[in-house]
Amino acid sequence: MAKIGLKAGGRFKSAVCDTQVMVIKAPAGEFALACGGADMIAPTASGTGSPDAALSGETLIGKRYVNADESLELLCTKGGKGTLTLDGTPLEIKQAKQLPSSD
Amino acid sequence: MNLSTILDMAAEAFGDRVGVVCGDTRLTYAELRQKAYAAARELQGSGARHLALLDVNSPAAPVAIFAAAYAGIAYVPINYRLTPDEINELVGRVAPAVLVASDETRAQLDARDEIRVISREQFLSLPTDAAAEPPTPPEDPRAVAVQLFTSGTTGKPKAAILRHENLMAYIVGTVEFGCAEEDDASLVSVPPYHIAGISSVLSSTYACRRMVQLESFDAKTWVDAATREQVSNAFVVPTMLSRIVEHLDESAVQLPSLRSLAYGGGKMPQATIANAMRLLPRVDFTNAYGLTETSSTIAVLGPDDHRAAAASPDGHVQRRLCSVGRATGAVEIQIRDDDGRPVAANAAGLVFVRGGQVSGEYLQQGSLLDGEGWFSTRDRGWLDDAGYLFLDGRADDVIVRGGENISPGEIEDVLLEHPSVADAAVVAVPDEQWGEGVGAAVVLKPEARASVDELQALVKSRLRSSRVPQRIVFRDALPYNETGKVLRRVIRQEMAAAS
Repeated sequence: MAKIGLKAGGRFKSAVCDTQVMVIKAPAGEFALACGGADMIAPTASGTGSPDAALSGETLIGKRYVNADESLELLCTKGGKGTLTLDGTPLEIKQAKQLPSSD
Repeated sequence: MNLSTILDMAAEAFGDRVGVVCGDTRLTYAELRQKAYAAARELQGSGARHLALLDVNSPAAPVAIFAAAYAGIAYVPINYRLTPDEINELVGRVAPAVLVASDETRAQLDARDEIRVISREQFLSLPTDAAAEPPTPPEDPRAVAVQLFTSGTTGKPKAAILRHENLMAYIVGTVEFGCAEEDDASLVSVPPYHIAGISSVLSSTYACRRMVQLESFDAKTWVDAATREQVSNAFVVPTMLSRIVEHLDESAVQLPSLRSLAYGGGKMPQATIANAMRLLPRVDFTNAYGLTETSSTIAVLGPDDHRAAAASPDGHVQRRLCSVGRATGAVEIQIRDDDGRPVAANAAGLVFVRGGQVSGEYLQQGSLLDGEGWFSTRDRGWLDDAGYLFLDGRADDVIVRGGENISPGEIEDVLLEHPSVADAAVVAVPDEQWGEGVGAAVVLKPEARASVDELQALVKSRLRSSRVPQRIVFRDALPYNETGKVLRRVIRQEMAAAS
């Protein structure tokens, strides 16, 4: 797994499914960001293959995904079959409290 | 990071859902995106640095917001209610630009080489090509997405800038993607050049909620549209709500689909919100507080807060109905004294805010954030023990009488208690002895009477003697801007000129 630096605003897509994400916030350092068991790639690159069966838990459009201490937060901008992982650990959906609509 | 992601997501997930309704025009989110693509292609390579809009609400507003984002230039909606001189001055400040105008607003524009004017109809009927490659938006999160000229209640309009990262932080931090039900609809009556007009487009699109646009506000049109389109949500400024309440009272119209009514943009009179809650008992009310420089809402008094405050026997809880609620999860709020030190709960001072959505930045002055990212709203206020924010007017409106700071709000509240007084504004007047003194402009109810002596005696019976207005003038009406903010600058100038 290749390790890369992540920064807010960065975008990635899955090499093995339709998933696309945007980085909302990220800690300093280098990490292996993967989806469906394969390194995520630049939004303009093209990938091949299919998600690892053990990492096909689905990623949902509009959900925010975080690591355990919520230092990393990704927004899924396009859904897909693969599971998002950071250094091999699956990311979880961030449970956001819903605000009343104010505009 | 680019605002166009908001529309991409809505069009991918709910492309067939109607996103915009205006009169007989209905656009799905997929159609909205195609029109934004078409306009973006027109902008790319045009040499324009801004896409300006000088028009009332129409589908051109959401198309323009997203077209500018896809094309990587700033969107600048301009207040069409300004005088032709003011409009042309602002247009000069955004050149080179493409400017979308209506027939009426176009007639006010001076011809300029660097401004290409395009009619609303032309803009909305640019040829779409679903088979063509979509424009590729630039991804710089620091690029300027929107430039808004502030209303300038205290001086010449300043150009506030909101970057893609500010507006995205606001939307992602406060709205759940696709949270709207299939039939939900939001009624948009705020003008497109107001921050609430921008945030309504972005929030509705991200929530995948149909937006129903009103060209401009009047109470009957609003109620008719809410009924016809079975509107579920709306945002109004205080003057709009008071007119809607009057209309509902007279017409006995019910609004059975309306679930949620948010208000903000100025101080809400207690009688208005109490009447609205009585006439619309099943509606959820939300008070939203925000500024242009904070990409819209930073504090919210939600429906549960409204009900808890209205039902509580505890005075401290009851009075929260007069607050603007608590900080949203996306920002922090802090109160500081005049020396910049944070103060304890219940102590008054200046309201500061920090968070990704806070730009606090103007084109000329640059960033006004301090070293730790805090922005002074220039509003005065305090937080109670539970973090509810109470506002107490603009810092710039404080009257400094012989070194003593006097807030106009408390004096206005007392004057408004007089049964003959319909409206009141308190401002500083020049005073040789004290530097500044207290002046009041008062509007009496029809057929009602009150003397200067009587009003002065009322204030004296409630507040310290320094608060008693030394000058009181009677007016037929007070000057307001279109979002319900009283124009104190105008009153101050009138009173200074007359003294």
